[in-house]
Amino acid sequence: MTVLIDKSGPYAHAPTSVQRTMTLVLAALLPATAFNIWLFGWPALFLFALTLVTALLTEALCLRLLGRPTSPTLWDGSAALTGWLLAMSLPPWAPWWIGVVGSFVAIAFGKHMFGGIGQNVFNPAMVARVALLISFPVQMTIFTRPAPIGQAGSPGLIDSLAITFGGRFDVDALSAASALGHVKTELSRGIPVTDSIAKAPELMDLALGMAPGSFGETSAVLILLGGAFLLVKRIISWHIPAAMLGTVFVLGTVFHAIDPGRYPDGLFHLLSGATFLGAFFIATDYVTSPVAKQGQLVYGVGVGLLTWIIRSYAGYPEGVAFAVLLMNAMTPLIDRGLRPRVFGRTRRGEPLPVKGGK
Amino acid sequence: MLAAVGSLAVLGATLGTLLGIAARYLRVDENPLEAEIEALLPGSQCGQCGYAGCKQAASALVSGEAKPTMCPPGGRETAAAIAAKLGVTVDLSGAEEMEPEIAFINEDICIGCMRCFQECTTDAIVGAPKQMHTVIGEVCHGCGKCVEVCPTEAVEMRPVPVTLASWHWHKPVSRMVH
Amino acid sequence: MKLFRVRGGVHPDYRKELSSEKATVPFPLPQRLYMPLQQHIGAPAEPVVQVGERVLKGQMIARSTGAVSAPVHAPTSGIVVDIGNHTAPHPSGLPQRTIVIEPDGKDEWAPLPAPVADHLSLTPADIAKRVAEAGIVGLGGATFPSAVKLDLRSRCRLDILLVNGAECEPYLTCDDRLMREHADEVMDGVRIMAYALEVQTVLIAIEDNKPQALAAMTKAAATLDGDIRVIGVPVRYPMGSERHLTLALTGRETPARKLTADIGVVVHNVATARAVSQAIRAGRPLISRLVTVSGSAVAEPKNIEVPLGTHVSELIAFCGGLTEEPRRIISGGPMMGQPLPSTAVPVIKGTSGILALTEAETNERPAQPCIRCGTCVSVCPCGLVPVEMAAFIRKENLEGAQASGVLDCVSCGSCSYVCPSHIPLVHYFNYAKGRINALERDKRKRDLVKRLVEARAERMEKIAKAKREALAAKKAAAEAAKAAKAAAEAAAKAAEGEQPAAAASEDKASA
Repeated sequence: MTVLIDKSGPYAHAPTSVQRTMTLVLAALLPATAFNIWLFGWPALFLFALTLVTALLTEALCLRLLGRPTSPTLWDGSAALTGWLLAMSLPPWAPWWIGVVGSFVAIAFGKHMFGGIGQNVFNPAMVARVALLISFPVQMTIFTRPAPIGQAGSPGLIDSLAITFGGRFDVDALSAASALGHVKTELSRGIPVTDSIAKAPELMDLALGMAPGSFGETSAVLILLGGAFLLVKRIISWHIPAAMLGTVFVLGTVFHAIDPGRYPDGLFHLLSGATFLGAFFIATDYVTSPVAKQGQLVYGVGVGLLTWIIRSYAGYPEGVAFAVLLMNAMTPLIDRGLRPRVFGRTRRGEPLPVKGGK
Repeated sequence: MLAAVGSLAVLGATLGTLLGIAARYLRVDENPLEAEIEALLPGSQCGQCGYAGCKQAASALVSGEAKPTMCPPGGRETAAAIAAKLGVTVDLSGAEEMEPEIAFINEDICIGCMRCFQECTTDAIVGAPKQMHTVIGEVCHGCGKCVEVCPTEAVEMRPVPVTLASWHWHKPVSRMVH
Repeated sequence: MKLFRVRGGVHPDYRKELSSEKATVPFPLPQRLYMPLQQHIGAPAEPVVQVGERVLKGQMIARSTGAVSAPVHAPTSGIVVDIGNHTAPHPSGLPQRTIVIEPDGKDEWAPLPAPVADHLSLTPADIAKRVAEAGIVGLGGATFPSAVKLDLRSRCRLDILLVNGAECEPYLTCDDRLMREHADEVMDGVRIMAYALEVQTVLIAIEDNKPQALAAMTKAAATLDGDIRVIGVPVRYPMGSERHLTLALTGRETPARKLTADIGVVVHNVATARAVSQAIRAGRPLISRLVTVSGSAVAEPKNIEVPLGTHVSELIAFCGGLTEEPRRIISGGPMMGQPLPSTAVPVIKGTSGILALTEAETNERPAQPCIRCGTCVSVCPCGLVPVEMAAFIRKENLEGAQASGVLDCVSCGSCSYVCPSHIPLVHYFNYAKGRINALERDKRKRDLVKRLVEARAERMEKIAKAKREALAAKKAAAEAAKAAKAAAEAAAKAAEGEQPAAAASEDKASA
């Protein structure tokens, strides 16, 4: 009896797969997403669904154009995850074409133009978000007050359809600034942080999510839970989140101590904006972050540093997307320079000196 | 503006003159690359590449007339080394014709005439007059000269046999486009 | 005892319960025995028997050749029916020179070397010699001739003998059963080896998932004096890798390209220790070994004392046959074992297990593109970056792969085990190592060819020169001879013509 020998060992494998990994990440995102959809009403649901579906359709189209089989790649969860993360970074009541254009850009330009899964240099969701932000700044920076489904003030189904698809959005009446946006705008008007913070949403509200912002910018607690889930399941390791959050917190605290009127404190930085989402779900994207642990720490610190710098000094109130993209460009260099020490060799690659024997 | 045009013109003229002088007086006459390429070739002057000898083959390689994969006894390693020296890229993945071959003497037909013995460029053939001749595989590098001179066509070229010692795993087949 | 931290490693599903509680059973006499001449690292052995000859159990049928080699002994009495090529238990399926013995059923022993009651009466060199004559090689799977390892005491300054009872591969339980059932024999072998190596400290490492073995060996160690410690090591694959085990127990990291002996530590497997004890105390050569036959496709997994040379098919039949068509038949463990081309191949000295694994157990899937998750980097016990090395190899950039350290890879399989995209990483590395070694061999051959071609050209030139000189000398000699002849002729002629004149002048003078 002869058995086919086509590959060498090992002949055992852990129960891991790309699909399982992506599914677990989506599961981790589910609580925060569901809460936020409930929080912002039906328009949010429509936008979210549309973004996700467009992502999958674009993936199918690209695979077809490239002559690759759609299954199993279409269903491995990576396109869905990109669309999901992009949706999380959009304003919940944005018009439908924001979601469609964003998804298309993310999948076609952010992923397949580079060669498909595993080949992209930049995080596709962030590429799309930044492209949208720069091209359509108005639609991308109008945030609304929470309007939970079922409570007064929340639009009904027909009204929601009109908001998402009909473009009926009463800017003045409905828009509200996110916490970061509020602080920055007030600073530019000369009002110090200490005063504007009082009018910004309460920290607790930020943590729980009852504040204006994009999907992912609110509800830090649920995102944190999702992140903890991923850590326990060993999908991500603690290096990037800890480095990024630590850097943001330390910088925020130190500079707030130096000049409280100019800089918000560390906790505010952590709980507002997309800090937690970025730390656990966006910066930890496998393809665009370094492979070795040492490199991941440097990468995390870089993302945190750039986020804080952009928030404090640059023209945009939120810096996570830009910070991530900039560090993505550094990833190949970090991988080249920071790698583990090989067994039996020094850090430089020379064999260890022989001692204790001859 | 006149000053700009004038100064650039003067600069250009000066540098051009300097380059011309260097080209005439600092020229390297002989191309040392040819000697280096020749050192990479086996040196058995077997002629399988179509050139008279290894020196002529080296000239052809340097001038670009011949491809780096032109030396069968040299095998893939030589092709890669030549390509590296010349600074060109060479695609070795599809080069099946570069599989090394060694000579094999069919003992039923061999008459012990010693002609291959005298031709062998690496003394890989052992034998004596009227005695059986055989090829030492570890030394034969497949130049093929013995095949030409054998009067009874007892010598043929065969692929190097794989043994337990020389076997290794094949490359995994990848369906991925990249 | 304080253990040092070892990086990486994985926790596969061990499935040792399939055979760990099955006591060892002896194998009944096989139908035929196929003894390859090379069951060890080094030069193959040379047969010293002929076809048709009757051999006795334990008789040497092939002698070792060269410094790194081992002899082969007959596992039972019988007739040698063939010395020729038979399929090797190797993934290539290539043939190998093998001595085939047909047992006569009598199981008659050959005269053996005299048993030694007190090993201290022998010198370490004598012990090494007897171990060599018994054909003992590393039974953990590496099959390095044990006598050569014992002789390392003269080359290196040794202070620790590390006995490897870790058995970190899934499914295998032969070392576990050996330690439980024959702890005294193993400990005796350890004692002899410690004396032969002239070391003071002995450390015996056993993974924590073998509590009974730990207890048995601790009990046996208590009867000996000297610094002998039985240590439980954490259960993690590849804890049994000798470099990593050395690091974990002694804190010494073996430098790249060097042996553990270079840092004072010699590692031997527990089964090797037992074989040494049998060789010295009873004069028995290595003719059988413990093998675990396991896997879900085997009806009754067992631990068996198998005569070397038994066909795998007979082993599987002894275990109740196969319950289904296995996906893979493997010699060794699933992580580093070698797939077998068929079951018509023999059990040899390095066969620690025969596994018949089903599809579900191997969990093989088609490879998908790499998603750069970095899990392979975090599990690699050697600190390499598998994702980078595989990318180089896929593009046939072997220099890049070598610079990334592919030759430092021990092929443990941890990276392939965890890769979510099911990329056959170790297969890439095995391919690269094979190609790099082949290229090294090619380079050495080219250097040799070049030297020979130049030497021959020089010789031809010398011969041609000598010929030319001889020809010139001959020509010159011929010319000289011709000139001399002509001169002689002319002189003779002149003498003839002048003789009457000379005579006349003489007369004139005298007159």
